[in-house]
Amino acid sequence: MDNVIQLQKKLVDYKTSLFNEGILDDQFTQLQQLQDESNPDFVVEVVSLFFKDSERLFDELAKTLDQQNVDFNRLDAHVHQLKGSSSSIGAQRVQKVCILFRNYCEVRNIEECLKCLQQLKREYYFVKNKLETLFKLEKQIMEAGGTIPVQ
Amino acid sequence: MSGGSSSLGNVSRISALIVDDDPVIRKLHSAMLKSLGIQFQLAVNGKEAVDLYRSGANIHIVFMDMEMPVMNGMEATKELRAMGVSSIIVGVSSRCSDEEREEFISAGLDHCYAKPLTVAKIKSLLEGIKY
Repeated sequence: MDNVIQLQKKLVDYKTSLFNEGILDDQFTQLQQLQDESNPDFVVEVVSLFFKDSERLFDELAKTLDQQNVDFNRLDAHVHQLKGSSSSIGAQRVQKVCILFRNYCEVRNIEECLKCLQQLKREYYFVKNKLETLFKLEKQIMEAGGTIPVQ
Repeated sequence: MSGGSSSLGNVSRISALIVDDDPVIRKLHSAMLKSLGIQFQLAVNGKEAVDLYRSGANIHIVFMDMEMPVMNGMEATKELRAMGVSSIIVGVSSRCSDEEREEFISAGLDHCYAKPLTVAKIKSLLEGIKY
């Protein structure tokens, strides 16, 4: 049971740090509040969907930026979608880069758009890593017979 | 958070339609409606929403995304109102400017909110639906 208590504390501290560092925002808390006995894997399911859809959008963005005549409307539409889905799971830093990216789409600056895509990927893989660690900790607690603490 | 709320009356008789091309938003808004005990259908673009109504669907409230391929939220809202649809249509958008929001509202929306919605917002929209 000591192990469970230690793991639970580790999880709470880890989650708190994600919010304090601006990696996640209150929208992630909204997701957690929608998870219940009838929907026990809801957060993992939504976040997994976000991962899958984001990686698809990164491919589309790279393809669009690779064209001889870049279609900035198409580029903007993809970034807009990524902005929406990142905000819906509380991935605040990803969302902020999307806002910057859209500004550069508006002024049709290819060089800055390319930099934004790289920055977007960095922020995305960073939050992906953090969320995967979070889910691993939760799984460890459940496997040790504990419950996930509610903050 | 599961089941309906007594302040909404017999919520199982309310039917909703979520129109959004983003699978993450569809899943999130679906879970919110499910947590309130609301029946719902999904459409991935405005055309699917319009086709649902043409096929005779009885829907009390529509959550309409603004930007979608094939037919966007503005076009779909105009089309539905031209068809005589009187359902509550709530625009849901991550567009920021007041001008874009006003343009969307003028297409025939009853309300317009930034996405993603919250359970509290949805609940306040459902109160007073006549069914």
